[in-house]
Amino acid sequence: MKAWFMRLPLTTWKRRLLGMKFTDGLIYQIVLYALLIIIGFVYLYPLLHMLSYSLKSLTDLLDPTINILPSSLYLQNFADALLVLEYGPLLLESLTVTLIPAVVQTGVASLIGYGFARFQFPLKKVWFALLLATYIIPPQVTMIPRYVLFFDLGILETVYAIIVPATFGQGIASAIFVLIFYQFYLMVPKALDEAAQLDGASRWTIYVKVAIPLSLPSFLTAFLFSFVWYWNETYLARLFLGNGGETLLIRLLNFVSAYNAVLGGGSNVANEAIRMAATLLIIAPLVMAYFILQRLFIEGIDKSGITGE
Amino acid sequence: MLKKFKQGWQSLKTMLSKGWRFLTKPFHRLTQRLSNRQREAVVGYAFISIWLVGFIFLTAIPLIESFIFSFHQITIVGGEGIRLFFTGLTNYIRIFSTDLEFLSRLQRFIGEMIIFLPVMNILALMIAILLNRKFKFRGFFRAIFFLPVIITSGPVIAELLRQGAGTIPTLSESGIFEIIANGLPRFLSEPIQSLFTQIIFMLWFSGVQVVLYLAGLQKLDQSMYEAAQIDGANAWESFWKITLPSLRPMILVASIYTIVTLATFANNPIILLISNVMFDPNKGYGYASGLAWIYFLVIALLLLITTALINPKEKGYRVVKEYQRYKR
Repeated sequence: MKAWFMRLPLTTWKRRLLGMKFTDGLIYQIVLYALLIIIGFVYLYPLLHMLSYSLKSLTDLLDPTINILPSSLYLQNFADALLVLEYGPLLLESLTVTLIPAVVQTGVASLIGYGFARFQFPLKKVWFALLLATYIIPPQVTMIPRYVLFFDLGILETVYAIIVPATFGQGIASAIFVLIFYQFYLMVPKALDEAAQLDGASRWTIYVKVAIPLSLPSFLTAFLFSFVWYWNETYLARLFLGNGGETLLIRLLNFVSAYNAVLGGGSNVANEAIRMAATLLIIAPLVMAYFILQRLFIEGIDKSGITGE
Repeated sequence: MLKKFKQGWQSLKTMLSKGWRFLTKPFHRLTQRLSNRQREAVVGYAFISIWLVGFIFLTAIPLIESFIFSFHQITIVGGEGIRLFFTGLTNYIRIFSTDLEFLSRLQRFIGEMIIFLPVMNILALMIAILLNRKFKFRGFFRAIFFLPVIITSGPVIAELLRQGAGTIPTLSESGIFEIIANGLPRFLSEPIQSLFTQIIFMLWFSGVQVVLYLAGLQKLDQSMYEAAQIDGANAWESFWKITLPSLRPMILVASIYTIVTLATFANNPIILLISNVMFDPNKGYGYASGLAWIYFLVIALLLLITTALINPKEKGYRVVKEYQRYKR
């Protein structure tokens, strides 16, 4: 009686393992998936760590035998974190200082991108080069004079200190968004414009009635990235908002003092578990939005044309 | 009721459009007198005017102002705004002779950039090549590799690093650190050590680069590989002779993105120092502006060197492009 693996001729086994061209063999497949899973695990490791820690009670934290899996699902951390973060009101506040600039920046970027893509005017190349240059100027160089300017205008420590730069195409990575729209509008055939022009439409009407509807996917991509970058930005937000506003992320930055103010005293300390729960709560809205819209995010970069030429 | 509401809405609409026409009338009258070309220029400038205003008042003038600030001692007088006292090069002399903290942070930043930039690009390219294969769950893996782009922010990364979630435990226990620390000069050994402790975050910061490379790979012409295969090239050779040269422009874009992202990331010790110095009574806005300008020049220099090294118009790239043109 032969063993089961001996029953097939050797050549068949070889073909199964190595395949016809190697790339369709079993070995290749196993190596590919192993690599993907390992790298995927490394990517997700911080998130898993966060999830595991956020569910640990104090005894679990101190117990060296408990590694990744907590002994029970301990949800008090999340309750405490919600309280310390003032999650409800601060979520609203974060959304205002994020949504408004994101929407405004997207709209303005489309307008500017259209101007650069559709019209010939003197000095166009110079302005476009300067536009791209604004991307590499670190905000730290311009932030001090802007700080003084906003102080003079009396909009320091208000939402407007964030909205005003976005309105004038000088917000976070505005140049990239203009570039996205620029590339898109270059691809729209001019014949559409000419047809509309023959029907008596003005340039502005053409932009509103022809270009904007065509570029809705670009609007979505630009808005999503704009939103995410504004949400995650803390450096300038902390400087310009000052005492005038606090976002969830800024609260996380000062978590320990916030914790001491709200729940402190006695034996209560902001331990790792609570901090991880707080961090998880803060990224939760983004992660949820991402898993619903992930196609738009990734294919957005693809289609936007930043990638090419 | 509904009818009335509709009527009201109609009249509101006509009013609005009349108002709009009234507002734009002078503009139209002006443009009618011009030639087609001039009209296009005027309309083009009208479209980009909002950016132009913003650029002049929020970027160009502040840029010059901060340069001027860096030669002044600045004090803030309550109610009157700011006062400048010209001090010449004092700020810069102070920075280069006494500000050890800034200089050491700057040196560390440059060292890290030299190590991180190639490592991140190679990792991103490898992942992109992996994702470019045909296999099941491709969209799923792509989504995982891109996820960090959405959630990386200063405070979140700081929390994770504090917990030691940025490194894989077995890696730091393997004694590899001692070997590196003993074998290399400090300028290089420190960044390499932080390379191992921050390996996950380097992966986290390369999500956009992965997508850039993936897009580049998907645009490659498969017939070029077939032609090379017929000429006897193996996969390794075609990678070096076709894939890499064609990706050159993409490598440049990804590198610029990497440098700018790392340089302006909220946890970057240098930019934290700059904002702290702003409110330091002994140093103030002028001194901080000096720091910011030095930092800006260093980044600009790094970008220039990177661009020169990658040189997208290099010979290999030209050969590939020539082939494509020939085929057409």
